[in-house]
Amino acid sequence: MNISILFFCIIASLGVAFFSYNIWKIRYNINLGLALERKDQKRKRLKTMILVAFGQKKMFSRPIPAILHLCLYVAFVITQVELLEIFADGILNEHRLFKSSLGGFYTFTISFIEILSVLAFIATIAFLARRNLLKLPRLNMKEMIGWPTKDANLILIFELILLVCIFTMNGTDEVLFQRGASHFSEGTTGSFGFSVSSLIGPLLFDGFSTHALHIAERIGWWGHLFMVLGFLNYLPYSKHFHILLAFPNTYYSNLDKKGKFTNMDSVTSEVKLMMDPTADPYAAPDPNAPPPSRFGAKDVTDLTWKNLMDAYTCTECGRCTSSCPANITGKLLSPRKIMMDTRDRLVEIGENKRKNGKDFDDGKSLLGDYISEEELWACTSCNACVDECPVNIDPLSIIVDLRRFLVMEESKVPSELTGMLTNIENNGAPWQFSQNDRLNWANEE
Amino acid sequence: MQVPTMADMMAKGENPDILFWVGCSGSFDDRAKKITKALVKILNNCQVSFAVLGSEESCTGDPAKRAGNEFTYQMQAMMNIEVLNAYEIKKIVTACPHCFNTLKNEYPELGGDYEVIHHTQMIQDLINRGKLGLEESGSFKGKKITFHDPCYLGRANDVYEAPRQLIEKLDAELVEMKRCRTKGLCCGAGGAQMFKEAEKGNKEINIERTEDAIETAAEVIATGCPFCNTMMTDGIKNAEKEGTVKVLDIAELIANAAEL
Repeated sequence: MNISILFFCIIASLGVAFFSYNIWKIRYNINLGLALERKDQKRKRLKTMILVAFGQKKMFSRPIPAILHLCLYVAFVITQVELLEIFADGILNEHRLFKSSLGGFYTFTISFIEILSVLAFIATIAFLARRNLLKLPRLNMKEMIGWPTKDANLILIFELILLVCIFTMNGTDEVLFQRGASHFSEGTTGSFGFSVSSLIGPLLFDGFSTHALHIAERIGWWGHLFMVLGFLNYLPYSKHFHILLAFPNTYYSNLDKKGKFTNMDSVTSEVKLMMDPTADPYAAPDPNAPPPSRFGAKDVTDLTWKNLMDAYTCTECGRCTSSCPANITGKLLSPRKIMMDTRDRLVEIGENKRKNGKDFDDGKSLLGDYISEEELWACTSCNACVDECPVNIDPLSIIVDLRRFLVMEESKVPSELTGMLTNIENNGAPWQFSQNDRLNWANEE
Repeated sequence: MQVPTMADMMAKGENPDILFWVGCSGSFDDRAKKITKALVKILNNCQVSFAVLGSEESCTGDPAKRAGNEFTYQMQAMMNIEVLNAYEIKKIVTACPHCFNTLKNEYPELGGDYEVIHHTQMIQDLINRGKLGLEESGSFKGKKITFHDPCYLGRANDVYEAPRQLIEKLDAELVEMKRCRTKGLCCGAGGAQMFKEAEKGNKEINIERTEDAIETAAEVIATGCPFCNTMMTDGIKNAEKEGTVKVLDIAELIANAAEL
């Protein structure tokens, strides 16, 4: 067996195996969430996924980043063809395996990839500039200080290196082909005729010796592979995981009206019992009944699996926060931070459980250690964050579940709201007016 | 003012076509009571067969639910559903988007299934069916009117067109704020914020939103929610623009234009 085939197979298998292990961990973590039925209305779900994830529909409310992002997205998707060839070549020790069989279509496809790669290169530079030079407010908020900013820049730099590798590979191979030295067809001279590399290849690499070109071509080829495998294994640790999770996350979107908050069935059964005149208050509880669940959420394990998938899908773009009325007016709440906190806490809990057993408790919780009461009470439940999210994340449902825990389990309610709640209970209105006076307006001038 | 109650109707053996859910603001808040009356004038003028619950109505439980108190919410909801089902209510109109959302989306799971419409949708229907004419009117002709989307009507329930089409029926010039429809900015009152002081920040939300409205140079800020009305009215006072900018509900605009 050829040493290069062996090396390729080892590297590729290791890369894919480690990635699979990380995917298993994320799956395990998401499944720590509570059950939630999201398997109905398959057609509508599919349509939502095609429009929102595949079609990027919601991105276009902000055209400039939408177009830049589209360049990267389309380039990323189409480049998979070239990646496929790299894998085929690597395993079979071939060089441009697809060219002979695909002929003109091969030239067209690689040319298309190259044009998109140029656009992606420009978009990546623009993204770096938006973050680091123009310092767009939503990309430079408090919660972005430190690792989140490094993470974002690292991905962009990864992409630049990857693109440089592609053009090095194709550009040097073009010059080699012109000299009759390409491994594609040694002895014959010609041009691959790719849209970009047939122009910039000779421009950049003509002065290189044939030997140096062969080395540069291999650096491009292996570099491309290493970058792809590295990127793949970086994804699970990064905010960039949205490129995979955007699809399931939009498929499992909430399809109800945004104004509808979930009904708490555990409360319904208790309220029904309270209102049932025939209920026996001294009856022994049903021995088969499940243990009473916590009201609302204190930690990530009290949230649904969809909330947790939302957290892994978040790419920290900050559209939610930049449209949040509370955040706009200087309050502590940032919907993006809610999602980042949820993910950070989930990763922590997942690690703890895998290391120290399922029932391990580190004494920390999402509420309190990550998210403060002040943040929760700043929310107006206006749904702007939910509407903005390009991948249908719902920060509001997490906020509401945390509020429910505060109010129903800990009785931690802002004092004005205690008054409002008491009034509703006593006289059926949030203010102190008698229910008997509800029609007085009809007789007033 | 002639306002039949469900109890009166039942005593007479009658059954109205629609229940007008007045809501707590519409019943008790002095500003919102004017909206309630404007809507009743419209309903009476169009000879709509309607009734209210009067003293049998109670808070839908919306602010309790948004504040996280599901117990209080469900107690309210179940008591209301008992009353509504006892009267065999099929259809409800309300001028409050919070009541609208709760009745429409959250009551069904607790056994309260009704067709619920917002008053702007009902007025639009009355005009479309020729029940209400605005031909004679000219009070808002050519005036600039902007519409503030209530979150619980717009984003929460996707109702954006009915109020806008009504403004256009006034022959007025509808001017949009830079943040409108799905991107409309909250007035600051939702999620039980109406009943508490805002958390610490550098600005009140209603002031930020009122600035959007003032920027359009509109003479009237139209709303479709009693809470939004309060918040925008306060914002206008804060900007000392009471003399030039009015905050009016769509029902008030229509009642005024129809000279009711």
